[in-house]
This record gives sequence, C-alpha cells and structure tokens, in this order.
Amino acid sequence: MIENIKSFLGSFFVTGDPMIYGADASIALASIGIVFYLTYFKKWKWLWDEWLTTVDHKKIGIMYIIAAILMLFRGGVDALLMRAQLIIPNNTFLTSQHYNEIFTTHGTIMIFFMAMPFIFGLMNIAVPLQIGARDVAFPFLNAVSFWLFFLAAMLFNISFVIGGSPDAGWTSYAPLAGLKLDPGVGENYYLIALQISGIGTLATGVNFLVTIFKMRAPGMTLFKMPMFTWSTLVTSIIVIFAFPVLTIALALMSIDRLFGAHFFTIEAGGSPMMWANLFWIWGHPEVYIVLIPVLGIFSEVISTFAHKTLFGYKAMVWSMIAISVLSFTTWLHHFFTMGNTAMVNSFFSISTMIIAIPTGVKIFNWLFTLNKGRIEFTTAMLWALAFIPNFTIGGITGVMLSLAPADYQYHNSYFLIAHFHNVLIAGTVFGVFAGLHYWWPKMFGHILNERLGKWAFWVFMISYNICFLPMYFIGLMGMTRRMYTFPSGLGWEPLNLIITLGAFGMGVGFLIMVWMIVYSAKYGKRDTTGDPWNGRTLEWATSSPAPEYNFAHIPQVETVDAFAHMKEKGTADSIYKAPFQAIHMPNDSGIPFILSVFFFIAGFGLVFEWYWMAIPGAIGIVVCMILRSFKDHDDHHHIPAEEVEQTERAAGRLS
Amino acid sequence: MKKLAMKLIGACSLLLLFLTGCTNKIAVLNPQGPIARQQYHLIIWSVILTAFIFAVVLIIFIYVLVKFGRKNNHAGYDPNNHGNTKLEITWTLIPVIICILLAVPTVKTLFALDGPPKPAEGMSKKEAITINVTSADWKWIFRYPDEGIQTVNYVVIPEDTPVKFNLFAHSSMNSFWVPELGGQQYTMPDMPMKLWLQADHVGNYLGRSANFSGRGFAGMQFHVLSKTDADYKAWIQNIKDTKPALTMSKYEDLLKPSNVKTSAFSSYPKELDKKDNKAMKKMNHMEHMDIPENHMDLKSQDNDMDGMDMSDDSTKGGK
Ligand code: HEM
Ligand SMILES: [Cu+2]
Ligand SMILES: [Cu+2]
Repeated sequence: MIENIKSFLGSFFVTGDPMIYGADASIALASIGIVFYLTYFKKWKWLWDEWLTTVDHKKIGIMYIIAAILMLFRGGVDALLMRAQLIIPNNTFLTSQHYNEIFTTHGTIMIFFMAMPFIFGLMNIAVPLQIGARDVAFPFLNAVSFWLFFLAAMLFNISFVIGGSPDAGWTSYAPLAGLKLDPGVGENYYLIALQISGIGTLATGVNFLVTIFKMRAPGMTLFKMPMFTWSTLVTSIIVIFAFPVLTIALALMSIDRLFGAHFFTIEAGGSPMMWANLFWIWGHPEVYIVLIPVLGIFSEVISTFAHKTLFGYKAMVWSMIAISVLSFTTWLHHFFTMGNTAMVNSFFSISTMIIAIPTGVKIFNWLFTLNKGRIEFTTAMLWALAFIPNFTIGGITGVMLSLAPADYQYHNSYFLIAHFHNVLIAGTVFGVFAGLHYWWPKMFGHILNERLGKWAFWVFMISYNICFLPMYFIGLMGMTRRMYTFPSGLGWEPLNLIITLGAFGMGVGFLIMVWMIVYSAKYGKRDTTGDPWNGRTLEWATSSPAPEYNFAHIPQVETVDAFAHMKEKGTADSIYKAPFQAIHMPNDSGIPFILSVFFFIAGFGLVFEWYWMAIPGAIGIVVCMILRSFKDHDDHHHIPAEEVEQTERAAGRLS
Repeated sequence: MKKLAMKLIGACSLLLLFLTGCTNKIAVLNPQGPIARQQYHLIIWSVILTAFIFAVVLIIFIYVLVKFGRKNNHAGYDPNNHGNTKLEITWTLIPVIICILLAVPTVKTLFALDGPPKPAEGMSKKEAITINVTSADWKWIFRYPDEGIQTVNYVVIPEDTPVKFNLFAHSSMNSFWVPELGGQQYTMPDMPMKLWLQADHVGNYLGRSANFSGRGFAGMQFHVLSKTDADYKAWIQNIKDTKPALTMSKYEDLLKPSNVKTSAFSSYPKELDKKDNKAMKKMNHMEHMDIPENHMDLKSQDNDMDGMDMSDDSTKGGK
C-alpha cells in the first residue's frame, strides 16, 4: 500500500531536479502568500465581485494583460535557461530531456499564452472604445474566453511540476509526439490545454467580428474605422477560419494518444505528414493572428506621435486584407524539405514571396506617415520606430526563406530561429509594448514613467539585436535548432556566447520594465484630461480610466480620426454634456469562471486519463451551460442617470 | 541620434563579417559541390536584392527621422498629407519586380535540383552511385546496395561523382543535412525520399540531423568523407576484408534508441535491401496516383513490415 502510494507520487510529481524542487517551493510559497494576503486584507469578496465575475471588457483586458506579462516572464525564464545551457560547448547545466521540455514550453507559452492573450487584452481595452461602443457584442462570452484561456494556461504550466512537460516541440510533430515515442502525460498537457484555450480564442474571434460589424457608433462606416479596429476585424476573420483546423488536429491527436487510434502514426496507415499539414494550415495564419493586430497598433501610435493622419489609409486596409487571404496559401513553406515535387515547391515559394508586397506597402506607408510629420519621441513611439528597421530584417530574411532551394540550407537551423524571433519580437513584442505604453493611461488613469520606459527600451532593443543577429550566422555555420548542446571545435563558441549575453540583456530590459510599472503605479503622472497624447481616435474622447459605460453619450462620427475631427470642430464635449440618461449594461456573472474551472478539472482528468475525474468535470461544464441558458431574462441592468452624472463629475468632466 | 549610429555600425560590421574572413567557417557560404553551389548562388542573389530593399527603407527612415524629428523646428509639417497615388504605385511595383527576379531563378533551381547534378564543363559524365540512408534513434546508417557494405555515422563517397541518397527513417523523422555539399531533405517513416549530392574535391564534411527527434538528437552528427576514385575503391575493399558482417539481430540492436560511435560492416542481411526497395516502390506508386485497390494492397504490406522491424522498438523510457 505504502509502496503503491510512493510510486504514484513519484510519477505524479516531477522529481530529481533541484531546480524543480525550487519551483515547487516557490509555487507553494507564492500561493500561501496570495491566500494570506486576500484573507488578511479581507479581499476575497473584492476579488470575486470586481474581477472573477466581471464582464467589463476593460477589466477583462487588464486581466489578459497581467496574465500575458506573467507568461512572458515564464517563457523568458525558459529562454534564459536554454541560453545558459548553450553558453559554452558540452555544457551540463541542463540534461537533454530537460532542455527539450524547456524549448517546447517556451515556444508554446510564448505563442498561445503570451502573444495571443497580450493582443486580445489590448483589443479588449481599445476596440469597443475606438468604435464608440459600451462593451463587446457578447460580454458573457468574452469572460468565458478569458477564463478558458487563463485556466488552460494554468493547466499547461503545472505540467512542469506535476507529471512532466511536453517535449516534442511547440509543433508537436507526429510520430515523435505519438504515444509510442513519447509515453507519459507531457504531450497530453499540450493537446488538452491548447484545445481548451483554442475554444476561447475561437469565441473571441466571433465576438470581435460581431462587435465590429454591429456596434460601431453612428456614422462610422467601415472605411472610417481606426486602423487598430480594422486589424482586429481582419484578425477575427483569420481566427474563425484557422482555429477550427487546430481544433480538429488536436482532437485527432488526442484520440490517437488517449484511445489508441492511428490518425498520425504509421501503423495501420496513419500519416505523420497529415499532422504537419493540419498544424501549418492553422500555424501560418496563426503567425498573422499575432502580427496583424500589432500592425494596427503601430499605425495608431505612428500617426498619433507624428501628429499626422495615416498615409494611405485605404492601401493600409487593403494590404491587410491581402495578407490575411494570402496567409492561407503558404503553409507548405514550413516543410519544403519533406519531399514535395519541384512544382509544388515552386507554387508555395511564389505564394510566400508575394506576401512581401503588401507588407512592403505597409512599411512605406508608415515611412510616409512620418514624412512631413512632427515626430514626438515618446516611449510608445520609440517601440514603434524601432519596429520598422528591425521588422524589415525579419521580413527580408522571410523572403530569403521563401526561396525553397535556399530554404533547404536554412530549414530548422538557427537562421530560422533568428528569422521568426525577428518578426515575433520586433513585430509582436515591440507592438504590444508600444500598445501598453499608449493605452496604459486609458486603463489605469496614469502615464507610465517615460525615463524608465526609455531605459527599458534601449536596453531591450539593443540586447535583442545582440541576441538574434548572430543567430543568422551560426545557423549558416550549420547549428540546428533544438540542440541541447553543441560540440567544441566547430567555431561556434564565440557566437553562442554573444547570443547568450544578448538574451540576458533582454532579461535586464524586462526587469527595468517591471520596475517602471511598479514605479509608475506609485509616482506616475495622473491623466486628468483623458487625452494625454493629443489622440485622434475615440478612446481618447472619454475620461481615463474609462468609466464602466465608456461614453455618457454615444459619439457621432463623421470622418476617420473621429476624435481629432471633433476637437477641430470644437464638439469634443458632446459626449459628456448634461442631461444624462440611464445606461443599459450587462450583468456580472460567476458562470464563466466556474465553467472554466470545470474545464480545468475535466482537462486534468483527461491528461492523466482519469475518467472518474474527467466525466464529472464534463458534467459540470454541461450544467453551467444549461444554467446560463435559463438566465437570459435577467442578464442586464441600468445605470441611473444620476449615477452617470456623478461619475462624469468625479472625472472632472462637468464644471 | 544614438540609435541611428548604433544601427549603422551594426549593419556595417555584419556586412564585413559577411564579406571577409571567416566564410570558410560558415558552411553554407562555403559550398563544396555543385548542389550547394547552386543554392549558394541563389542565396547571394537574394541577399543582394533584399539588401537593396533594406537599404531603401533604412535611408528613408533615417531621412524622415532626421528631418522631422527635431524638437523645435517644424518646417514642412503637414498634418493632412495623406496619400500620393504615384508614390504608392511605385512602391507596389518595385517589390513586384523583385519578386519576379527572385521567383525565376527559384523555379529554375528547383527543377534543376530534382535530378543528378550536370557534369562541369569539359568533364566527362561519371556514373552515379546510390547510397541508402536510414535514420534511427539516434544514429545514421548508410548502406551501399551495390557493394553490400554498411557504415554507421560516417559515409565515404568518391569525389566528383553524383551520389543519390535514398532516405529512410526508422521511427521518428530526421533531416539529412550536409551544409557544405547541399541543402537537406527529411527522412520520414512512411515515405522514402531522395537527395542528390556531389563533392568537388577530396574532403571531410560535417553533417547532422536538422529535425528534432528526441533525447539523443544533438548527437546525430556524421561525417561525409570524399575520396579519389582509387582511394574510394581501396576503402571499399578494406571494409569488405577487415570488418565484421552485420547480422539481423545485431542490426536490431543498432535500431534501439542510443547514440553510437562510428562503425562499418563488410555485409548486411539482404532483407534490408528488399525492404528498402519495397518502400521505394510504394512511394513511386503513390507519385503516379495509383488506383485505390492497389493502394489498399500496399497498406497491408506496410503492416507486415511493422511486424518485422518495429515490434521491439523500445521507446523513450523514463524521464
Ligand atoms: C525573450 C527573449 C527570447 C529569447 C532569448 C528566445 C530564445 C529562443 C531560443 C534560443 C530558441 C531556440 C531553442 C532551440 O531550438 O534550441 C527559441 C525558440 C522559440 N521561441 Fe523564443 N526567445 C525569446 C522570445 C520569444 C518570443 C517573444 C516568442 C513568441 C512570441 C518566442 C517564440 C519561440 C518559439 C515558437 C520557438 C520554437 C520552439 C520550438 O522549437 O518548439 N520566443 N527561443
Ligand atoms: Cu508560415
Ligand atoms: Cu516566417
């Protein structure tokens, strides 16, 4: 009996590595600390009322961003561990199994639990405000999306202390990720956690599509929408077309692993290459899901701080639409080297290269937005400006990779790693940082410290180049990705050392940024006007932080840059003029959170194939859905006119 | 502008690294055979064209920042400047032209790489040789069907001779990559593939797996030794005379997950050739879009095969 329990615990908890024990201890301590804090300061009710049950898009956005920053930290620590291992040849800091788990969780967390949630957070904050709406189309569903993502992220993250992490790469290729070559629960975590968060993502796509189509302020035609809203619309459409493919692929592989089917194993006629196809049919659009929204952010930031209207608005929109369509026609470039005919590779080489055309159009339009501008170098603007040359490097190396015969020499080498970090970091990460600085006052009512922000920018941006530019060369020298160690004597030592130094420099940049956030929370300059940057779009028309109902009166829109136009005409006060009316708002609900907890329970059960746990979890999910279906009649309330007036007065809007 | 200075210094030093010195350490930029050379030419061509784009972007970028980034001088500020059709057409057309300039040699090279490399001018055509490569966890196995010998983790080829590598995988996928001789191709368990390579000179070229295959992946390194025809013949004879024969049970031991040193065998069981040929035939059928019944037939053969060599495949084992 005792023996049984011992052996169960031995396989349930990951054992044998001092770093893991350290992690166990810090997780336990942090949890105890949080529980103690909440209890001691009597914050449980506050947590439940204000956050766990909220359906307010702004609060959901804030929670997305907090979670994403935590995940950026986790993924960043993974990256630093990898680079610490590769600082010298034949290093023994990490074992190969440990390294494999770390690059897998690094990639998966960065894409699914950092980049996407960060972007969804900013969309939640900004899009309803930009289109002059009171909330998203389906506020309840929005909360469901968030909690599904959050609990899926937690499920994925516990894998490194309970049961073991996935270790077949973020691409999880069959047959390596199949049961035969990869027994244990690690890959199950990958499949189930991504499945759960994928459901949330799909719902977000639908939600924002409907929000943008149905809830724009009167007068805002599609071609008067702000560019970030446009980019969100395009992204939502990509999500809706791409995510079902991932859902199916994950489901099929889960059936392979949990129930012994052979969709992707060679036995009984399954096809590993089918996985590669399905994964990348979703995967290539996915990289545009995390890129297109930040292109929108850059358009907003560059136009705001060049104090100029965006150059070539229509071209910007159409190039985004072109990119979104083309993104579905290029997936095969991820496996040019899997024995395709010359004809097939020619087709996909050309379809990939073509994406450079609309992308180039966008770059030139930004350059010409700066032209004849009055450029103000705020921190947000620095991130946006740094994006232009750094992302262009990622873009041109992308074109180089698209030439299939040349790709035979780059594929799966550090050249590729350098390329996609050049687009993911200079694109996505710079973009969300720019967005964070830009919309921070709207979220919290104060401005992030510019001096610390600029320090963080320079340290991070320079270190980023020190880290990733040498990777191109070490790739050309023949170093492949996912090598947990490298031999000495090949001349790879100096560059690996430089790369690791750069990586740690980025870590320092991140720490400065965290310090900047803490510092600004305390000493940050208040934003009393609601319009700290002399903004051009509607989110700046309301006070900071935006009130629960966003706008006391829904704004009337006549042109692009609606708020700039209102300021010119002197009608900017039209949205907060008395008399006020009662405002109709959605009710908070605990169901999204509870539903997601049941998803977590069911998911955990499936990971360990404990059906006694999975089935009750599934029943809980169904019960939550049924409960929700009967609640339709009391899901909204009204904010009385007096309360609106009080709120506006408190924000200093009524003199 | 601190930032611009940094950028310029960075770009220049990279260019220097690129153009001077250490290219012989940079395997891809040091092609040692006609396949690698074709890819190298394409790479350089694409570097030139894309560097041109980068230069244009950088110049405009620096210009606008310097001209419109000054604190107190707002000469030329025009908040309503919002488009210019002529300019927009120009910067759509230039990338289009560049894409065409890239696409044409890409397609040409792709079709050229499909077959054996053409003999260099003035050289007589040499008979190609065939080597069957199998990746197993985590080693490379090379069989010479014409000679009946097998090597592990190193392979010897005659110089100036086209070599056709038929690529097979036991269990996981890997990718066969010898950067100085040419780009890679995957080894896949369900579909044999081919890769032509050729070395200009006598030499020793490092190869490795480029596709992650589990715990021992980093050790999947091998050497390609290119020898003169006479030395090559002597080497084969030497293997046949001095190395042990490979039995089926020893072969199955070799397939078990492990990293191993180099080794060579004077012969190997003939079943292995049969199995390789059968897999290649299946592949050819698939390429010619076979009728369904036939396809089913081949699948059942596939099952027989599993029974033979995959039954005792021990898996990754405890973490
Ligand atoms: C903070 C700085 C970062 C550093 C130093 C870093 C470093 C690395 C390194 C060295 C690898 C290659 C590991 C290997 O193949 O052995 C890697 C892989 C990867 N990184 Fe990052 N990374 C960083 C940030 C990011 C970000 C922000 C993203 C995404 C938004 C990202 C996404 C990925 C992905 C998808 C992989 C591939 C994982 C796999 O092979 O399965 N990384 N990273
Ligand atoms: Cu792609
Ligand atoms: Cu790419």
